[in-house]
Amino acid sequence: MAADTVADKARFLSAGDGGVVVEFGDTVDRTISARVMKTAEMIRDAALDGVTELVPTFRSLFVHYDPTITSASTITDIIAAMPLDDVEASAMRHVWRIPVLYGGEGGPDLADVAATAGMSEADAVALHAGSVYNVYMLGFLPGFGYLGDTPEPLRLPRLETPRVRVPAGSVALTGQMTAVYPLESPGGWRLLGKTPVRFFDIAAERPALLAPGDGVRFVPVDDAAYDDIAALCREGRYEVEREDAA
Amino acid sequence: MTTIEVVEPGLQTTVQDRGRFGYQALGVPVSGVLDFEAMRLANALVGNGGDAAVLEMRMVGPSLKAAEGTVRMALAGSEAKLTITLADGATRTVPAHQAFDLPADAVVKIGPLKGSVTACLAVSGGVDVPPLFGSRATYLRGPFGGHEGRALRAGDRLAIGEGAPAGPPLAVEPIPAPAGDTVLRVVLGPQADWFTDKGIATFLEEPYVIDGATDRMGMRLNGPEIEHVGGYNLVSDGIATGAIQVPGSRLPILLLADHQTTGGYPKIANVISADLPLAGRLGPGGVVRFEAVSVADAEVIRRDAEAALARRIGAMAPAQTAAEPSLAALSGENLISGVVDATNVGHPS
Repeated sequence: MAADTVADKARFLSAGDGGVVVEFGDTVDRTISARVMKTAEMIRDAALDGVTELVPTFRSLFVHYDPTITSASTITDIIAAMPLDDVEASAMRHVWRIPVLYGGEGGPDLADVAATAGMSEADAVALHAGSVYNVYMLGFLPGFGYLGDTPEPLRLPRLETPRVRVPAGSVALTGQMTAVYPLESPGGWRLLGKTPVRFFDIAAERPALLAPGDGVRFVPVDDAAYDDIAALCREGRYEVEREDAA
Repeated sequence: MTTIEVVEPGLQTTVQDRGRFGYQALGVPVSGVLDFEAMRLANALVGNGGDAAVLEMRMVGPSLKAAEGTVRMALAGSEAKLTITLADGATRTVPAHQAFDLPADAVVKIGPLKGSVTACLAVSGGVDVPPLFGSRATYLRGPFGGHEGRALRAGDRLAIGEGAPAGPPLAVEPIPAPAGDTVLRVVLGPQADWFTDKGIATFLEEPYVIDGATDRMGMRLNGPEIEHVGGYNLVSDGIATGAIQVPGSRLPILLLADHQTTGGYPKIANVISADLPLAGRLGPGGVVRFEAVSVADAEVIRRDAEAALARRIGAMAPAQTAAEPSLAALSGENLISGVVDATNVGHPS
């Protein structure tokens, strides 16, 4: 029996004359994620003419191409025929411990999230901080990691109208995902709190703190501890704590 | 080393090039010029390669001084009356789409743009800010890239690369400005199936007005609401420049150069790459309509637009004397329109 191909496991969607989306599913799932990463690796190795950039996401691979060099149909045909057997999801490498001041000015949606989940704010915080999250992908903003999975009761849709300005360091969630906004940005996620940790720093050797496959744990801190850590971060003297993955 | 000094910054002037590629997987946007045709025309006029870094300006242009030695410059992408004031106080004017030499200590004032909210000023040798991740483009939200990751301010000094062109300054026929409702051609997808038939019909048949909340990241559009089939939260996936997302407000947002690399709102369509420069020229209050084409057609349209741009550049001719700017512009236009292909690049008629 012939080995499976990408075409057996994905569908191809159009994203204008500069992008082809290779979609493996419509959910957040470690197996789907592993297929995305594997396909990205094969396309990178094939060094296809006119393919300018690959952006892996949870469930699909965005293939950017230059329409003056190649065409959607050409690259679709090549990618569709690539062999793709089942690939294992890999384990977390290590877990970053991220201090968070929940609620207050930095967490204007905490009350709504807790109310929708039918629990007190303290219980919502304990639940959110009680999980170890997997970094599925980076995107949306430099260094913005998509962390999953958010505990079931805290899963809320995005705001109907995104906020025009979400401050850097905001700890937010929507649906299955949790994240930290690395930069000030517009955004539609629900804000639970804030962290002083820098998630993207162009001067750093590794500009993005997170990489896919890392783990993240949120550690609640009070105002005083937040201020102390914020001062260290401003001076560039704060080292984010790490624990080994279980 | 030659430098230019910013005397007045204009409304929002940034260093840009074609953009920063290869880092979207870390969440780093492409950035780069909104109107790549303007960038290439401006660079061609001063003898640069097409992708040399330029100054992109929005609505009101800067005033710039040649701090050391003569600098050849050209503005493209919008109409403007450039006023040059020499060190001795004498002044003259130069139109856009025509190169000029700015002598040492002279100042060129660009002022309000006309016919586009975006224009590019190229300097011979290119703007020489340090490249970051392979590009000189500014990403304002970063903030990084370009000149200190920000729009220019009065007093900033910018280094210029080597490469003074020989020969007389050139002029090029400008790309015509959109008049009335502007049509942006789109390819439907990748999430067109998240919208009802009625929603798609609304999107393709109704006019949308560009909101004031519009910047290099995206353009909010006001008009009839576009109906989703069900929800408006999808599992985030990748985004191309020109993607049109429709969040829960049911109003479209057209994503431009500084757009996020991934997102979780359904994308009804993408503006075709040949029409992206046109999108970059549109400002608040402008009216747009969308027209669907196939991907294959979009690719052909883009290649044709590239060929037309190359012909436009190939038809550059020495500018007429700038002593009589209005006459010079007229005769320049007549001279060029006789030889250049009349294709209305980037503007679907």
